Amino acid sequence: MTSPSRRDFLKTSGFLVVSAGAISLADIAAVQDAGPYADPDFRQLDSWIVIRGDNTATFYVGKTDLGQGTGTAFRQIMSDELDIPYDKTTVVMGRTDITVDQGGSGGSDALQTDGWPMRRVAAEARRVLLEMAATRFGVTSDRLAVSDGVISIRNDPSRRVTYGELIGGKRFNVALTGKDIDATAGIAKVKTVQELRMVGQSPRRFDIPPKVDGSLQWAVGVKLPGMLHARNVKPPVAGAKLLGIDESSVRGIPGFVRVVRKGNYVAVVCEREEQAIRAARQLKVNWQKPPVAPFPTSEDLFDYMRGATPTSTIAPVTSGDIDRALAGAAKVLEAVYDVPFQGHTAIGPAHATADPSNDQMTIYSNDMKSYGLRNGVAQFLQMPRDRVRVIWMDGPQAFGRTAADDAGFEAAFLAKELGRPVRVQWMRQEETAWDTKGPAYTISMRGGLDGDGNLVALNYEARACDHNHLGYNEPDTVLIAQLTGMRRPTPARGGVSTPSDMYVIPNRRMAGHVVGLPVVWETPLRTGNLRDPNGPQVTFASESFIDELAAAAKADPVAFRLKLLTASADDDGGFRRARSIAVIKAAAEKYGWDARPSPRSRRAGNILAGRGIAYAFRNQTVVAEIAEVEVNRATGRVWVKRLVCAHDCGLVVNPEALRHTIECGMLHSLSRALHEEVRFDGEKVTSVDWVSHPTLTHADTPETIDVVLVNGDPNASRPDLPHYGAGETMCKPTIAAVANAIYDATGVRIRRVPFRSDRVLAAIKARSA
Amino acid sequence: MSRITLTVNGTPHLVDVEPSVPLLYVLRNDLGLEGPRFGCGLGQCGACTVIIKGEAVRSCTRPVSTAQGTDITTLEGLARDGVLHPLQRAWIDEQVPQCGFCQNGQILTAKALLDRNPHPTDAEIRQGMEGALCRCMTYYRIQAAIKRAAKEMAS
Repeated sequence: MTSPSRRDFLKTSGFLVVSAGAISLADIAAVQDAGPYADPDFRQLDSWIVIRGDNTATFYVGKTDLGQGTGTAFRQIMSDELDIPYDKTTVVMGRTDITVDQGGSGGSDALQTDGWPMRRVAAEARRVLLEMAATRFGVTSDRLAVSDGVISIRNDPSRRVTYGELIGGKRFNVALTGKDIDATAGIAKVKTVQELRMVGQSPRRFDIPPKVDGSLQWAVGVKLPGMLHARNVKPPVAGAKLLGIDESSVRGIPGFVRVVRKGNYVAVVCEREEQAIRAARQLKVNWQKPPVAPFPTSEDLFDYMRGATPTSTIAPVTSGDIDRALAGAAKVLEAVYDVPFQGHTAIGPAHATADPSNDQMTIYSNDMKSYGLRNGVAQFLQMPRDRVRVIWMDGPQAFGRTAADDAGFEAAFLAKELGRPVRVQWMRQEETAWDTKGPAYTISMRGGLDGDGNLVALNYEARACDHNHLGYNEPDTVLIAQLTGMRRPTPARGGVSTPSDMYVIPNRRMAGHVVGLPVVWETPLRTGNLRDPNGPQVTFASESFIDELAAAAKADPVAFRLKLLTASADDDGGFRRARSIAVIKAAAEKYGWDARPSPRSRRAGNILAGRGIAYAFRNQTVVAEIAEVEVNRATGRVWVKRLVCAHDCGLVVNPEALRHTIECGMLHSLSRALHEEVRFDGEKVTSVDWVSHPTLTHADTPETIDVVLVNGDPNASRPDLPHYGAGETMCKPTIAAVANAIYDATGVRIRRVPFRSDRVLAAIKARSA
Repeated sequence: MSRITLTVNGTPHLVDVEPSVPLLYVLRNDLGLEGPRFGCGLGQCGACTVIIKGEAVRSCTRPVSTAQGTDITTLEGLARDGVLHPLQRAWIDEQVPQCGFCQNGQILTAKALLDRNPHPTDAEIRQGMEGALCRCMTYYRIQAAIKRAAKEMAS
């Protein structure tokens, strides 16, 4: 098998390169001694598309697919623009040495932002091929037709040539323009929505069969000649200082190679994996606890946050006169909502393998942001960028975890120290305790209703525990950088978010503060981007409170929301208000919503049923969700029996993959609603495994999940309908929808996440008392 | 180190490892099998599941020595003569996986479930699968795929 690297491929012009699937590890080994690894030039068409003699095409894109079908979607949009059959295409993603830097995954921008240059370069390739055919046939290109990678003369279809015959194995040598990669373009225009054929269809995801038959090669399975296994030894408490190591405690372990120590970072390296695990457990290390308690206990977190001096404050967003409106309101409501730290807790702990051969550094990683990892490692190890590359491979879903790809840095560091390939993997306890956390929030809401039950004033004030929020694989933020003393001079500011709704409320104020914990470095309570980083927390508060206001106004929750949305249908940045109305109506219709105020009248029996709605947008994507719950009043257990999502992300590329992504995204937030909370005593995280940190299970799964794909654009058939992002928006409203349904069922308002049985039961008992 | 004979997917292998080493590491690192995966090392998540004597077994906590003399089936051994097992076909038809990391455990736990109860009720599926965790939250489609496979295996 020949190397699949584009460089090598193009050198062997005309040589048929096999492999219709992903790059195999054998291929990777074949290019192992290549280097240096120059950045592919995004202004060259050849960096994006290779067409072979057999009329197949490979697309090289700077994204990663975390199992939501984006790779399949890229093939769809690019094959559509190129006019080549989808099943004659493959895609290579996230390899920093042979794919352009589109940043990898994050921010649900795969199609919304990064899909556009992909479409434009594919359209440009089609244009260039038509020009080549025109030259070959001696006609002008407007006399040519193209279908499925075959160009023919319109009035003489016997004269035809395939893309492969025109360019197979040769370079396009076509320069593109664009001030940055997102703006990459050729001369050709992209197709209108009406001209697209593959977009809107649901080809099966190409990544699924190898995940099901066991043939997929994962980052976690990389094996290299001479490879060693490493395990970390983490500080026992946050901010601990390493005083000394008794290496004799592990020297006798078979296969023991070395203890590596730098600052407070400690790892053991052995020949075999189980030896490294044993050595990490057995190594005697003398640690000194920090002089101050690094953080409060998880029980005291919210009181601590409310009392802390903010490290930063955002400028409030205001309209009208909130104080006057509240003072004049007929009814004023107040409520406080708390969301704890929640972890990424990937199903597989952090891992990476690094190879220092040939004075280069190759990192095999599932890092969704492989390009950032490459840059970060180069800086961390003080190596030239072009001697470092990252080969992205499939791995456990991380939802932002690998934006701080600790294991990738550790593997590279250890490989450089040892001069041999090193594979590092975290243990479950490490991952659950020390992965990056979504910020905790405490949010105060105040609202005023007039005498007719209209919402006239809404005040939102949030505190997010997000000081020193980690960024994107910067060399001075990942854990090993902190532990080895490479620490940025000042912590990152962190962030705090405000509600994302399109409600028209005459007097409104949204304010936010960031607070920090006493210890912000070398701590397991370090915040990072967890799927829609602030949305579920903020929307839990804002959409729960809208429900409280609706109940106080004795209004139906759907009608109450629609009333707040009917004031305008301007183009407010993607017609979000019009589309908000459309998704709320679509969700209510799909559910069979019975209009009435909450709570439902009390019923006999232990099982209380109820339904709740919540809605939000993220960028231009708009969703409304309805949860139907059964609450067992004897045990406090909440079962979400049914979920409905009406989802509008503009032009849908692959409806089936999208539906699946929406189902799973809602369940992810359901897990956060019902189970997830990082717990800690005053010095360490005590959530360390699936018992101390439970997640949603099969037993919690709804009986029914309905997804309605909505196109609420006022001009639904516009030829330029954009494809908006879809990886995160559905996470926003779920927690609030469940809380609202619990209230509808029981009359009890739960304002603290997660809605564990004991908490719900206590609230029900308190209400009946 | 001890010499241990393991029969995996019908093929005997001789390995030289410590008897107390969890089976998972031997399957992955000595026999090159990618199906069973490390998720927790505590027997809590199911990502490492293999089938031994019809039971779904957590290979991350099972000492390799205790698997001698048994037939071990991994995800790679589920297909017969290149034909995927009905569960694997159902998994593709329902487009179940997202990241796919846990699906080894989901599929093998489902196989053990259907082998002992070919017609499980919804409640039995929920209960039987409860210990197989998925952080992409593909549970809904997994349950649909199990029902689909059960139907196909019955016909």
